[in-house]
Amino acid sequence: MIRIADINKSFGEKHVLKGITATFEAGKTNLIIGQSGSGKTVLTKCIVGLHSVDSGQIHYGDKDFIVMDFKEKKQLRQEIGMLFQGGALFDSLTVEENVLFPLSMFSDQSMSEKRDRANFCLNRVKLDNANKLFPAEISGGMKKRVAIARAMAMNPKYLFCDEPNSGLDPQTSIVIDNLIKEITDEYNMTTVVITHDMNSVMEIGDNIIFIYKGEKWWEGSNEDILKTENKEINDFVYASKYMRRLKAAK
Amino acid sequence: MGILSHVGRFVLLMSRVFRRPEKFKVYAQQFWKEVDAIGLNSLGIVAIVSIFMGAVTTIQTAYNMESPWIPLYAVGLAVRDSMILEFSPTIICIILAGKVGSNIASEIGTMRVYEQIDALEIMGVNSSAFLILPKILAAVLIIPFLVIISMFLGIGGGWIFGVMSGVVTTYKFVYGITYWFIPFYVTYALIKTVVFAFLLTSIPAYFGYYTQGGAVEVGASGTKAVVYSTILILLCNLIITQMLLA
Ligand SMILES: Nc1ncnc2c1ncn2[C@@H]1O[C@H](COP(=O)(O)OP(=O)(O)OP(=O)(O)O)[C@@H](O)[C@H]1O
Ligand SMILES: [Mg+2]
Repeated sequence: MIRIADINKSFGEKHVLKGITATFEAGKTNLIIGQSGSGKTVLTKCIVGLHSVDSGQIHYGDKDFIVMDFKEKKQLRQEIGMLFQGGALFDSLTVEENVLFPLSMFSDQSMSEKRDRANFCLNRVKLDNANKLFPAEISGGMKKRVAIARAMAMNPKYLFCDEPNSGLDPQTSIVIDNLIKEITDEYNMTTVVITHDMNSVMEIGDNIIFIYKGEKWWEGSNEDILKTENKEINDFVYASKYMRRLKAAK
Repeated sequence: MGILSHVGRFVLLMSRVFRRPEKFKVYAQQFWKEVDAIGLNSLGIVAIVSIFMGAVTTIQTAYNMESPWIPLYAVGLAVRDSMILEFSPTIICIILAGKVGSNIASEIGTMRVYEQIDALEIMGVNSSAFLILPKILAAVLIIPFLVIISMFLGIGGGWIFGVMSGVVTTYKFVYGITYWFIPFYVTYALIKTVVFAFLLTSIPAYFGYYTQGGAVEVGASGTKAVVYSTILILLCNLIITQMLLA
């Protein structure tokens, strides 16, 4: 479980996060949704400590993240898997080496066990014949999937995914959503997923947080989101004609 | 940012670089990669530069010494000392600051702007140590060898071109390079080299590591890296020379 309370973050004059409080339960897929530029990526980067917060509290379980020193943070981070919006693959390493990387850094398994684990993860993101290719040689969606495989390689306790299915076709997108849901259930992970995809919201959204201009505007489940009368969230959810027609038909 | 805050941030970065590696094996692999990239890949340019420097120094000294009072073997002596004292350690390191330094700054800078450094951090890897320590160690270990090679090639180049152009004879030249040889000069040169090797890797790494923005800023970091490491090499050259030889 991760608890954040009253998180504030500014870049210079720009107040990006305004007092965000939330709880992300273990074993649930927690979604963060919101317009482009609303502060979703900044929020997750604050939670994992890639940005320092101006004020507020962050707790992993009962451990206070803000007061941790360099070493304690390093320790905790070995339990964190993160998918970056841009993939962030190491471009001097092949696909397989990318997934192997955290394993060779932190696990004491034999090389063949590590290989098996890497291939297992690649297989789960449906990438079977790309092991020897370099990031520059694969498509955007494939990069994303390699990055997901790398994020899950160490069986993290906390998983953050920044737009896991942007750039994927609808079918693969569903595969990835299901994968995230499955591993969350299976290992009782605390999972935080940023998404724009209403499909994912409806499929896997156990707990949804809607960020609007840096504030937490709304929170609820995928059941609730269709019923809410909140204007901003309706504008977001029913942005497309298709969704509006669907709503009218209901 | 003022010069003092750069120094402060540099020292902080270095304090995170010199930490116990998470896994020696992975760092060792990186280290050998860097030995290859920094050392072996620079052999060609080091050889070319050294041979030409030695040759030109020989010919120039010979022409400048056309006085009957100065013995011809002084050519060999002059070439030897200028290669050992200055050309090999300082000039080679400045050239490496251009070649290796810009490479390090843009490599680390690119990793920064494409969030690869963040990805390392999130895994719990000490990104500064992982990316920078192998480079510094490899440079500090391998560049002294490059400099020694450069000394031999420079003197050899001087000999061959000197004899070929007829400004000096083999007998005189060899007599010159063995005449009044002071071994401490080599020690002094190698001490300088180790310091320069540290500078020409750590400073570009610093500029790369703190790159912010995109491709343009990565380019700018590369330029800054070369300029600052060159200036600092020259400055330290002065200080070390004052300390050791004066
Ligand atoms: N390093 C930074 N320096 C300054 N401003 C930043 C920085 N990172 C983000 N911002 C600003 O913070 C705001 C929120 O950005 P963020 O990346 O969190 O958006 P987002 O919700 O993830 O959008 P998207 O859905 O497009 O990814 C933006 O206005 C952006 O300009
Ligand atoms: Mg984002």
